Amino acid sequence: MKELFPVKQVMGFVFSLVLTAVALSVYFFNMSFEMGMTILLVTAFIQAALQLVFFMHAGESNDKKAIYTNVYYGIAIALVTVFGTLLTLIWGYM
Amino acid sequence: MEFFDRFAIPHPSPMIYASMVAIGLVLIAIVIGLTYFKKWGYLWREWLTTVDHKRIGMMYIISALLMLFRGGADAVMMRLQTAVPDNTFLDAQHYNEVFTTHGVVMIIFMAMAFIIGMMNFVVPLQIGARDVAFPRLNAISFWLYFAGAMLFNISFVIGGSPDAGWTNYFPLAGTEFSETVGVNYYMWALQISGIGTLMTGINFIVTILKMRAPGMTLMKMPMFTWSALITNVIIVFAFPVLTIALLMGTLDRQFGTHFFASTNGGMDMLWANLFWVWGHPEVYILILPAFGIYSEVIATFSQRNLYGYKSMVGSMVLISFMSFLVWVHHFFTMGHGPLVNGIFSITTMAIAVPTGIKIFNWLLTMWKGKIRFTVPMLYSIGFIPLFTIGGVTGVMLAMASADYQYHNTMFLVAHFHNVIIPGVVFAMLAGLTYWWPKMFGFMLNERIGKWGFWFLSIGFCLAFFPMYITGLDGQARRMYTYSEETGFGPLNMLSFFGAGLMAIAFILIVYNVYYSFRHSPRNVGQDPWNARSLEWATPNPVPHYNFAVTPVVNSSEAFWDSKKNGHQLFKNKTEKIHMPNNSGLPIILAGLFFVFGFSFVFGIWPGVIIAALGIFGCMAYRTFEKDNGHYIPVEEIEETEKKLGGAK
Repeated sequence: MKELFPVKQVMGFVFSLVLTAVALSVYFFNMSFEMGMTILLVTAFIQAALQLVFFMHAGESNDKKAIYTNVYYGIAIALVTVFGTLLTLIWGYM
Repeated sequence: MEFFDRFAIPHPSPMIYASMVAIGLVLIAIVIGLTYFKKWGYLWREWLTTVDHKRIGMMYIISALLMLFRGGADAVMMRLQTAVPDNTFLDAQHYNEVFTTHGVVMIIFMAMAFIIGMMNFVVPLQIGARDVAFPRLNAISFWLYFAGAMLFNISFVIGGSPDAGWTNYFPLAGTEFSETVGVNYYMWALQISGIGTLMTGINFIVTILKMRAPGMTLMKMPMFTWSALITNVIIVFAFPVLTIALLMGTLDRQFGTHFFASTNGGMDMLWANLFWVWGHPEVYILILPAFGIYSEVIATFSQRNLYGYKSMVGSMVLISFMSFLVWVHHFFTMGHGPLVNGIFSITTMAIAVPTGIKIFNWLLTMWKGKIRFTVPMLYSIGFIPLFTIGGVTGVMLAMASADYQYHNTMFLVAHFHNVIIPGVVFAMLAGLTYWWPKMFGFMLNERIGKWGFWFLSIGFCLAFFPMYITGLDGQARRMYTYSEETGFGPLNMLSFFGAGLMAIAFILIVYNVYYSFRHSPRNVGQDPWNARSLEWATPNPVPHYNFAVTPVVNSSEAFWDSKKNGHQLFKNKTEKIHMPNNSGLPIILAGLFFVFGFSFVFGIWPGVIIAALGIFGCMAYRTFEKDNGHYIPVEEIEETEKKLGGAK
């Protein structure tokens, strides 16, 4: 019975509920814009990683390497795009 | 009648009315022809509903050739208009519409379709697969592309063409300065075909990662397959940006939001930024498959294995990442400081390094090789010097401070045609000639093909090299005419002459198809070029299951090894083959998308809602549909193979 019980997934589910609750707190508590955005961004990215690993089973098949390579590549490009855009349109704009 | 007023052309001319009549007549002729020869059933069963990657590839290529002629006609019109000073062949508005259409058609509907068509036909054959990973999705991709292309192409006779350039910069593309529905057409045509392209990207990544023949590790893939893999990775990461930018543009134009407005918290620069975040990787989406084709062609006709396989792969991986780091060089002059321009100048110059590595690899592949000057090889050899000139002028443009002089002039136009024509168009013609016998079972005539090559190359040089000079002298791009005192006249006339030679080249290429269809022998065998990779191990024409027996691979040139080094490709016994069923759903879905897009362009909301419901209906139907494909029994396979004299 113990082998059949998906401990990992249940833990993942509980954790994602906790993350949702933390994100919701931004709405219920009075906090600064920066604080709220920070909480939302951090919980959103952890949540996405959680979904990918626990519920979409990345890393459980032979393609583990290809999947993670693509994910890291995607994250790198997203970061470059976002920060590059900020640099171009706001920080470096004269 | 009021309802129909919106379909009127805002800026008509006799030429547009003539085109309208011509389009009508051609459509009627097609319908009558199909009915008279009783081909409707054949067309529906064999082509419109097919999920076979080879047929979808051919349909892509045929569409791409049609678009090449559409875009080519636009190009000749532009060259004719600017051939002499103060010409009145086109007025400013028409010239705007023509260059916009030329750009969009050539990039999105010609080049993209051509490379995706090539990938469709070749990649599954090169990796020893029977089809792509998701054959039905592949058909949907094609038909969405086709729906988008048709939507874009009817714009000039119904409601007016987009006229804000293929880059479609806001605020020019906003409703304030582009009042007609033209830019709406741009938004929806690109949106619909872009969704199709994105699905192709996912489809091919999965196909290449999951469906390779036994023994074919990643580092034993043929170079074209490698280039296709990298290209599709770029597609998957770049196209979502376009999707969102187009959606925001649509919201701005049709629902009054202010994403790209210069007031109310909007930012017009954001469009340029997002467009090029997609647009620059797009450049590499176009050129990498071309590099893949050249790698195959040069190795085959030098009769040597490709020099520096690992560095070829490494440089492509590097290019794929760096292609996302350079987009700001498209708008150096829009007001950011030296820090930003400096960073993007350096990344842009750096990207020339991996490209240079590839050039040297091709040269070293040819070094001491036994070169055969066939038509595909001529295109590949012509590509190297011409593309290098384009690359070097690219590095010139990459210097941000010098770019203040070059930007928005004909120098830029000359540069990007100098990389795209010898890069992409030559590659597509090389690939088409090279794989033609695999597609159709006969060779294209070499003599006419060589005439085509020389007309195209010389025409290209005459058409575009003068633009470098007029550009440096200050001729702005997209300027519909100029005065005689500028002195641009003679060089522009030379350009027009070059464009004429290029037009002759394309006519020769089409004539070559007709001539070869009539006169070429059909018994070319399965390997007419003495080639190296796996697609040539199939019989001609390729049976729809591709390989009767899945090949076993030991190197990136398994077929060459089987010919020269005694490697046994087909070890296993023939077994029944599982194949996907044809389906009419993709074309119906794409038809609904066309109606959706068309209605959205004109804001005909009932049409939008009905089409959207239909689209969701199709998806729901697909969800509950039971389609397990079909099996081809062993006897049928053996019979087909015997008839074709196939796999030994």
